[in-house]
Amino acid sequence: MERGPGGEATSKNHPNVDQYVASRVRALESLLLEKGILPPDLVDRVVRQYAEDTGPLVGARAVARAWANPEYKRLLLEQPKAALAEFGLDYGDLRVVENTPAVHNMVVCTLCSCYPWAVMGLPPTWYKQPAYRSRAVIEPRAVLREFGVELPPEREVRVWDSSAELRYMVLPLRPAGSERLSEAQLVPLVSRDSLIGVAEIAMPAAVPAG
Amino acid sequence: MDGIHDLGGMHGFGPVVREQNEPPFHAPWEATMVAIQHAVGGRGQNLLNIDEFRHGIERMGNAEYLSTTYYEHWLDGVTRVLLEKGVLSAAELAQRTDFFVERPDAPAGAALSGPPPAVRRPVQRFMPGTEREPAGPPRFRVGDAVVTHNMHPIGHTRLPRYARGKRGIIHRCHGTHVFPDTNAHGQGEQPQPLYSVQFEAGELFGPAAEPHQLVYLDLWEPYLDRE
Repeated sequence: MERGPGGEATSKNHPNVDQYVASRVRALESLLLEKGILPPDLVDRVVRQYAEDTGPLVGARAVARAWANPEYKRLLLEQPKAALAEFGLDYGDLRVVENTPAVHNMVVCTLCSCYPWAVMGLPPTWYKQPAYRSRAVIEPRAVLREFGVELPPEREVRVWDSSAELRYMVLPLRPAGSERLSEAQLVPLVSRDSLIGVAEIAMPAAVPAG
Repeated sequence: MDGIHDLGGMHGFGPVVREQNEPPFHAPWEATMVAIQHAVGGRGQNLLNIDEFRHGIERMGNAEYLSTTYYEHWLDGVTRVLLEKGVLSAAELAQRTDFFVERPDAPAGAALSGPPPAVRRPVQRFMPGTEREPAGPPRFRVGDAVVTHNMHPIGHTRLPRYARGKRGIIHRCHGTHVFPDTNAHGQGEQPQPLYSVQFEAGELFGPAAEPHQLVYLDLWEPYLDRE
C-alpha cells in the first residue's frame, strides 16, 4: 500500500484522486483552524487576491510606464523597489531585465517554480511543469519557437534561472507603431507571457494609433 | 539532493503544453492550499521556512513528483514538514482526512467543536526578505572568473546539477542572503554573499547548446571557487 509522509494511506487507495486530495486539504485546513494557525478568512482573501483581481497587473503597468517615461525606465531597471512603490507595492526582491534589439531575456525556475507573484499574479501551469523547466535552459530558442517567437540567430538569448529569492521580470521591447499611444493605452498590450520572456509584443490592428 | 525536481537541461518531457484561458485555480482546494501555505510559512506563523518547504517537496519521491500537480506538491511538502515538526500528528491527520472523505461537502469548520481560536500573528502579503547584514566583505567582485563546486549533497541545495563544476563570471553581487543549504535543515540562516553568475551555454551543455546563449543563476558564495 502507498504511504504518505505520516504513514497514512495516500490517494492511490481512492478511486477519485481529486476528491481525495480535496478532502485531505480540507482536513489540513480544519486542523490548522482548530490550532489557531490558519486565519478563518484567509482562504477567501487568497481567492479575492488572485482569482478575482483581474485588473492590469503591476508588472504590465510598470512596463507601460517605462516605455512612456525614460526616467521611470531607469528607475525600474536600477531601483526596482522604488519603481514598484509608485504602484503602492512594497516589494524589494524583483530584478528587471531589458530586451533590446540585440538581446532577448527569458525567465525560468528549473529547481521549483519561483515566479514574481507580487507583480505578475499567479504563474501559468506550463511555467511550473517539467517541459518548460527542463528545456528553457538548454534549448530556449526551440521553446520560444513553440510560443511563436522566432529569434534571429545573432540575437543573444539570456536565460535567468531563479535559483534564489530574487524574482525576474522581462522588460519587453516596445512594439513598433506604438509611439503615439499613451501609457494607459500601452498597459493592455503588455502580456503576461512577454513579462516571462516567451512572447514579443506586436501592435494589434484594432488599437487606434493616437 | 539530486532529485527529479532538479529538471534543468533534462530531455524527454515533450513540448510545452499551454492551456488557453487558464483559470487562476483549477479547483477550490488549490486556493485553500495557497492560504494554508501562507499561514504556516514565513508570511504567517513561520512554522516552516521556504527552504524547509522546498526540501519537503523534493523528498516526495521522483515518480510521485512527476505524476502529481503543482498544488499537490505543496500539499505534500507542507504536510511532510508539519508532521516532522510535530505541529500535526499522523493520527489526527488520518482521522480528520477520513472525516472529510466521508463528508465531501462538509466545510472545514464542521469537524470543530467550537469557533476556531484567534491566530497569533496576522498573515503578511509578502514573504519576509532574505537579505541580511554582511559579516565581512564578499569574496568575489563583478567580472571575477569562478567555477562552481562539483557537489552532490543528499540535502537541500540551490545549485542545479546542470551548473555544477562549470566556469562562469560574476555578473552582479546581490548582498548577503539566508543560505538555503543550512536553513532547510534546522542549521540556521548562516547568511552568505549571493551573486548573479553568468554562464556560456556551451560551458553548461557542450555541443548541444544553442548559439549566442547565456544562462544566469543566483548562487551563494559557498558554491563557488575562484577559477
